Amino acid sequence: MSTTSLLILDGLLLISMVSLAWAALTSSDERRCVILFMAFGLVLALAWARLLAPDVALAEAAIGAGLSGGLLLTAVRERPQSAPTGRTDSVDNRHGSRMGLTLHWVVTTLSAALAVTLAWALGHAFSRGPQDSLAQAVSANLAASGVGNPVTAVLLNFRAYDTLLELAVLLTALLGIFALGRARPGYLAAGPVFDGLARWLVPVLILAAGYLLWVGAHAPGGAFQAGATLAAAGVVLRLAGRPDIGLPHGIALRIAMAAGVGIFLLVGLGLLLLGRPFLGYPPAWAGALILMIESAAMVAIAATLMLAFLGGRPESFGLQAVHEGPAAPPVVVPRSEAPEAMSRAEFETPEARDRFTKEENRC
Amino acid sequence: MLTAQWLYGLTGCLIVALGLRTALLHASLLHRLVAVNVMGAGVFLALIAVAYRGPETPPDPVPHALVLTGIVVAVSATALALALARRLNAEQAND
Repeated sequence: MSTTSLLILDGLLLISMVSLAWAALTSSDERRCVILFMAFGLVLALAWARLLAPDVALAEAAIGAGLSGGLLLTAVRERPQSAPTGRTDSVDNRHGSRMGLTLHWVVTTLSAALAVTLAWALGHAFSRGPQDSLAQAVSANLAASGVGNPVTAVLLNFRAYDTLLELAVLLTALLGIFALGRARPGYLAAGPVFDGLARWLVPVLILAAGYLLWVGAHAPGGAFQAGATLAAAGVVLRLAGRPDIGLPHGIALRIAMAAGVGIFLLVGLGLLLLGRPFLGYPPAWAGALILMIESAAMVAIAATLMLAFLGGRPESFGLQAVHEGPAAPPVVVPRSEAPEAMSRAEFETPEARDRFTKEENRC
Repeated sequence: MLTAQWLYGLTGCLIVALGLRTALLHASLLHRLVAVNVMGAGVFLALIAVAYRGPETPPDPVPHALVLTGIVVAVSATALALALARRLNAEQAND
């Protein structure tokens, strides 16, 4: 592509990014805000692809736009309708208009100052030019890393420690979600169109996840993108109203949740016993060890993201029976009363909402 | 130094500022959460701009790996924040 056409593409991407972000942040309606944010994420994924970061583009499209958007939309749907509609100036009402106006300007000025400082720091980073040692160190040691994709090499070999801790962050966030309440009741069974789509989509998503995991060794892809794709299959099943979204039960569920951190630690400690540094793979085994860790990480990431979409402890986790009353059964409304299955919230009836609130308060 | 680096880097700074302003000023929790996510996207944009080396040279993989990690951590933080907000709503409905 010529320089001019690239510049036009850059301009279009940047203008749509800034205007989508602005529109999302200034919209008064929460649902519109989330939908615009998802569109922003998709344009961002295009920008990553333009900047030769296909790994990041895949992750952004699957996680940043897809799953984050799904989580936020589910939350919007669940909120009580009487919640105050937030407007940008609603803080003003709390403090009286004069103080509100001052606060408004102070915050705007400080945000602008932050942007200028960041731009100044970026200028420094750019002026150092491309001779930095880290990129060179990666390309010099890529042959010994066991994989051909430099991003996978950084994530799973050179900086494997960071990825181990990242998986620990995911697990911790999930435990926090579990501590806050139980899973939402399931959705109603979808109509024939969405059900048919789910039948096609879920096998394709599972296949795509396997492909992304395998191909991540030498091309864009890897455990994160694969895990997110697998989680998307679970989300589709959930939205289609299936009672079982592919998550295991009881002890197997706990193993799936902890698989990423567990296998990572086992490999690291095993290498210590063999006299190697922690997570310092011998070059001959590096490829196999990385594939093993990535497979476990994919399972853990998929399970974590699916459980996060459920919004709390599922019944299958096995704690409810001990500490609480019976779990809320899925809300069922006869099919004839509800023709558009996809867009229905779980609170189809007032009784359902009451039951949910009661269950929730018991936690 | 490349034009594309500057364009995307400066846009990243602008998006961080937009997100920060809304995160501090907006009354609705959900808008604040989206704003924090937008801020994160701005930081990612700046990082990927730093990694870019022009259309012919391969980019620096280290910032790419950082951003990948950042995206996954951001979604888990968002999920935890939404669970907190859900519990908060339930507690308020209880009162």
